Amino acid sequence: MNHSISLTVNGARRDFVLDDPRVTLLDLLRERLHLTGTKKGCDRGQCGACTIHVDGKRINSCLALAISHDGADILTIEGIARGDQLHPVQAAFIAHDGFQCGFCTPGQIMSAIGMMQEAQAGSDPERIRECMSGNLCRCGAYAGIVDAVLEAQAGADESNQRRSA
Amino acid sequence: MKQFDYVRPATVKEAIAAAAQPGAAYLAAGTNLLDLMKGNVSRPDRLVDVTHLDGLDRIDRLGDGSLRIGTLVSNADLAHDVEFAKAYPAVAEALLSGASAQLRNAATVGGNLLQRTRCAYFYDTASRCNKREPGSGCDARDGENRTHAVLGWSESCIAMHPSDFCVPLVALDAIVEVEGRGGRREIPFDELHRLPGNTPERETVLEPGDLIVAVRLPAAARGFAAHARYLKVRERTSYAFAIVSAAAALRIENGKIADARLALGGVAAKPWRARPAEEVLKGVSPTADAFQEAAWRALTDAKPSGNNAYKIELARRIVARALTLAAAGTPARIPALPASPFASSGAIHA
Repeated sequence: MNHSISLTVNGARRDFVLDDPRVTLLDLLRERLHLTGTKKGCDRGQCGACTIHVDGKRINSCLALAISHDGADILTIEGIARGDQLHPVQAAFIAHDGFQCGFCTPGQIMSAIGMMQEAQAGSDPERIRECMSGNLCRCGAYAGIVDAVLEAQAGADESNQRRSA
Repeated sequence: MKQFDYVRPATVKEAIAAAAQPGAAYLAAGTNLLDLMKGNVSRPDRLVDVTHLDGLDRIDRLGDGSLRIGTLVSNADLAHDVEFAKAYPAVAEALLSGASAQLRNAATVGGNLLQRTRCAYFYDTASRCNKREPGSGCDARDGENRTHAVLGWSESCIAMHPSDFCVPLVALDAIVEVEGRGGRREIPFDELHRLPGNTPERETVLEPGDLIVAVRLPAAARGFAAHARYLKVRERTSYAFAIVSAAAALRIENGKIADARLALGGVAAKPWRARPAEEVLKGVSPTADAFQEAAWRALTDAKPSGNNAYKIELARRIVARALTLAAAGTPARIPALPASPFASSGAIHA
């Protein structure tokens, strides 16, 4: 039985016909939309490489059935830069060597952006490490990742202050 | 993953009818179920998706002072609800000590209650497991069983329930609201999960079609807010299941313990309420000796199910320490490392 669903992906509405309900959001993004920035690491919710935002919240796309998310608003790593202008978290990861091989990086960045929006960690490195524990990095670039998040958080705080001033 | 039919009911009544059929399973976030389906551990013929049902994602304060949490409220939304965390701090701390931020954003209240054990032999379809394949045997008995149950286990199953959230819920006398073919009923939290006995495949008292629609915390649960903690030992500080955990909640009046609640996680096939320990605490001063006595009482019936005798002594120490932390007072903010013995804020056990 075919199922029709529609999603908003990085701001654009996309309609799909699924001939199999087993398709995850991760596989839909990679195989149907060829948005391969979102990575398939463990495919079991343990590594965080597949982190995307669904209706504004970071989740593991490998454990989300596409069919169940009919109508959802999806943001992936491909949707965060403005043209050639990197998202501040992307720029901070480059500035602080927040990666080595880069495989976990899209998930790390989407998770970091989600964490900043959740506003639970602030600029406390311990809280940042805790709030980012769902993203594994086998190269062990954690020190650079925390530094990148700290800088991005400081930048966001500063621009919020400017805005409210 | 086995092929399945996907059903998206419009009402709770439709959902119950669809899920009462043999081989059907409810789907909420799927953070546990999909993982199990990918490993062929769970093989439902039909998934009944309840995530689009209206009215199940609310947190309501009721007239009698109780709090009703809809089954589709996410773990993160509940833990980060400021009023909730203030009134039920041990529940919020337990939620934030579980899984990862991504999983907490997706995982639901009802799903957390019904999550399956993390026993490696349950997950490995090449192994014998009485829970997955009734009557096949239990490879955990002679296998890697250092994290398995020390209370309430049976010869047929030594698996443990992995939830953090359920531990303070059982301590605080939460009520589970269920809709089923026979209408609505309420189940005391301590009666939701079953011990394995000879039927470890039956993990709860729920019947086919039963849908958990809400969890309610009674008004009395708020009375512990000033002295309530959750403490959890795991193999790494974050994003790991409990080896042993404890929820401790005290009501202290005029220097004496007026009421006490205690439950353990990671020790049995269900969240383990330690009523004998609560009894020895009532009316006494919150001293190290009293907490040691309570810890001893909590584990009186414990026995190793394999290479895990250390968990009994560990559980005693976690109970005493959780009670010590609770007596010292709920911290103004949940520590950076929720429920961790390494958390920097809060009292350190003497």
